Amino acid sequence: MHEKQALGGRLLTKPFWVLLTLAMIAGLLLIKRFLFGIGAVTNLSDGYPWGIWIVYDVLVGTALGCGGYSIALLVYIFNKGEYHPLVRSALMTSAFGYTLAGVSIFIDIGRYWQMYNVFLPWHINVNSIMFEVAACIGAYVFVLWIEFSPTFLEHRKSLETKKKLNKFLFFFIALGVLLPTMHQSSLGSLMIIAGEKLSPMWQTGWLPLLFLLTAITMGYAVVIFESLFSAVALKRPLDETPILGKLSVMMIPLLVLFLLLRFGDLIWRGQLGNIFNDGMLGAFFVVENVLFLIPIIMLASAKNRMKATTLFWSAGSMILAGALYRFDTFLVAFNPGVGYHYFPSASEILITVGIISIEIMAYLIFVKKLPVLPAIKHS
Amino acid sequence: MNLERRDFLKVLSAGALTAGNVTSVFAGIRKTLSADAVGILYDGTICIGCKACEAACKQYNDMPPESANLEKATGVDGIWDESYDLSEKTLNKIKLYEHGDASTHNSEENGFAFVKKACMHCVDPDCVSACPVTALVKNDATGIVEYDKDACIGCRYCMVACPYNVPKFEYAQAIPEIVKCELCNHRQAEGGIPACCEFCPTGASLFGKVTDLLEEARKRIKLVAGSTYEYPMRSLDEGDVSPKTVAPYINYIYGEKEGGGTQYLLLSAIPFTKLGLPELSATSSASKSEGIQHGIYKGMIAPIALLGGLLYGAYQTTKNSEG
Repeated sequence: MHEKQALGGRLLTKPFWVLLTLAMIAGLLLIKRFLFGIGAVTNLSDGYPWGIWIVYDVLVGTALGCGGYSIALLVYIFNKGEYHPLVRSALMTSAFGYTLAGVSIFIDIGRYWQMYNVFLPWHINVNSIMFEVAACIGAYVFVLWIEFSPTFLEHRKSLETKKKLNKFLFFFIALGVLLPTMHQSSLGSLMIIAGEKLSPMWQTGWLPLLFLLTAITMGYAVVIFESLFSAVALKRPLDETPILGKLSVMMIPLLVLFLLLRFGDLIWRGQLGNIFNDGMLGAFFVVENVLFLIPIIMLASAKNRMKATTLFWSAGSMILAGALYRFDTFLVAFNPGVGYHYFPSASEILITVGIISIEIMAYLIFVKKLPVLPAIKHS
Repeated sequence: MNLERRDFLKVLSAGALTAGNVTSVFAGIRKTLSADAVGILYDGTICIGCKACEAACKQYNDMPPESANLEKATGVDGIWDESYDLSEKTLNKIKLYEHGDASTHNSEENGFAFVKKACMHCVDPDCVSACPVTALVKNDATGIVEYDKDACIGCRYCMVACPYNVPKFEYAQAIPEIVKCELCNHRQAEGGIPACCEFCPTGASLFGKVTDLLEEARKRIKLVAGSTYEYPMRSLDEGDVSPKTVAPYINYIYGEKEGGGTQYLLLSAIPFTKLGLPELSATSSASKSEGIQHGIYKGMIAPIALLGGLLYGAYQTTKNSEG
């Protein structure tokens, strides 16, 4: 068993106060949103009904929350026990990411008080990709907190309960792999119905598989990025670098498959030439794919993979690539027709910033108070 | 452990195979018009742009006028309606095409023409497929795409899905709804016809059974430009006609094939793309998205098999550990 320990230390640091202020600004703006409607705080329109709340908070947010999924896939399904030390903090980030994505959906949808209709059998529409996404994400938030609950039980010294929970935890672990496989692919399928409104460089029947591949890869990248970033920020030793280096290899075949599929599909459909014809969109497409290519190149040699800086920048590039791919598919390459434009309003951005702040604050509280991070080895 | 891994990979490849069926599941036309489907034939060549349809639509659907800029400046409100396009307050909208000196009606060069925007009441509507909670329903008999606010969660996926950007959302309301044309089904329930057709003075908006309207449209596009034709007024069943000179029709009925067909059909003398109507494939986007989704989730076999493999794997790896 790998030892975990709470970091301890002061909670109300200066950065924490900054985060708290940002969260409170978002809170005030949310009061405005619920009193005066979505139009009072956003730049959304009839042409662009979805903005950064959906594309960042939900699409990118849940993909960043795929660490728990990607690591569980390795540890529990492919029986790679050596990655077990990464499970707990990965699950925690996933639980935050998905819970706050759920909160963002609640803020974004117009008739939020009827949100539960998605779970009522006489209301659901099984033809709707949105139904699949909503039901799966809802269920997965619940599964994630169950998967993470042994940490609470350890903290409260309820070892009996933890033992009981462990007996059927495998069921939730299996669900915890099935559900993201389903909804991360369906998040891509969401845009198939947008048809001609989405540029043919992004519009393809392969969207579900392309989204799934990038979600799993982003999951590994987040675990690497977060582990190195928190080690530096929380002044912990970089003990995990070797295991992170090993983990980073996972990204290469997934990314190669992604790029082969993507370019193969474009060539097959005769759309590759659009990269050069489509001006701005072509540029976005190129930047996106260069960002996907960087981690493949940087991580190609085994020697490089063991360097913390290489790992950090390649994981960072992967996260940006996956995020940009999602932004492009849902906003940049989405063109509802003449006369519609979208750029998020200041209030819209501040609400998203507030939600990210809450996520970071929760992270700080959890690692300082709960046994999440591996215990520091004293030599 | 090798065994379980192989099983798992088998399951995965089964899933990949299903997903690999992408091209074959691009279904063709899968939904057809119901026998009693009703709709509107809008003939832009005889529209005079008077906007009587807009005023009638607002009156009979209790829609407020959209304040004109002049009114906003002077503080007077609600006298003139000045909507720019379809909106949460405007269910149908006459739009003007202008070119050059705009001297000739129904001419692409140096001319002008009108088009009426409204819900197309698609035969295979993307919005209905998109809605997670069945708040948008296509009526089995009339084919009207109807909205139920008590089901709607306001996710606005219907707006993303609609190729014509028809569903509108009340962004300025704390308790918002989706707003769209429902072909005046409240008037039809009392034996009436849509307000826009009843109050059209030229017969440009004509109500009827879609099959009859299609027949009428096919007849019109074959007419000789300059000849005289007796255009039916208001509703095909009424029998009232008004003789007019025939414009040089484009040999195309917009809505006959678009996205699997629509119950709102349009005729024009200038190209439809110039009127802001999108070029769409002959099958709905819903048929593609549902084809892929149902391909992957057919009988829930793939997810259940995957879950089985995952349960086995997770059980094997956790049975001896403390988690």
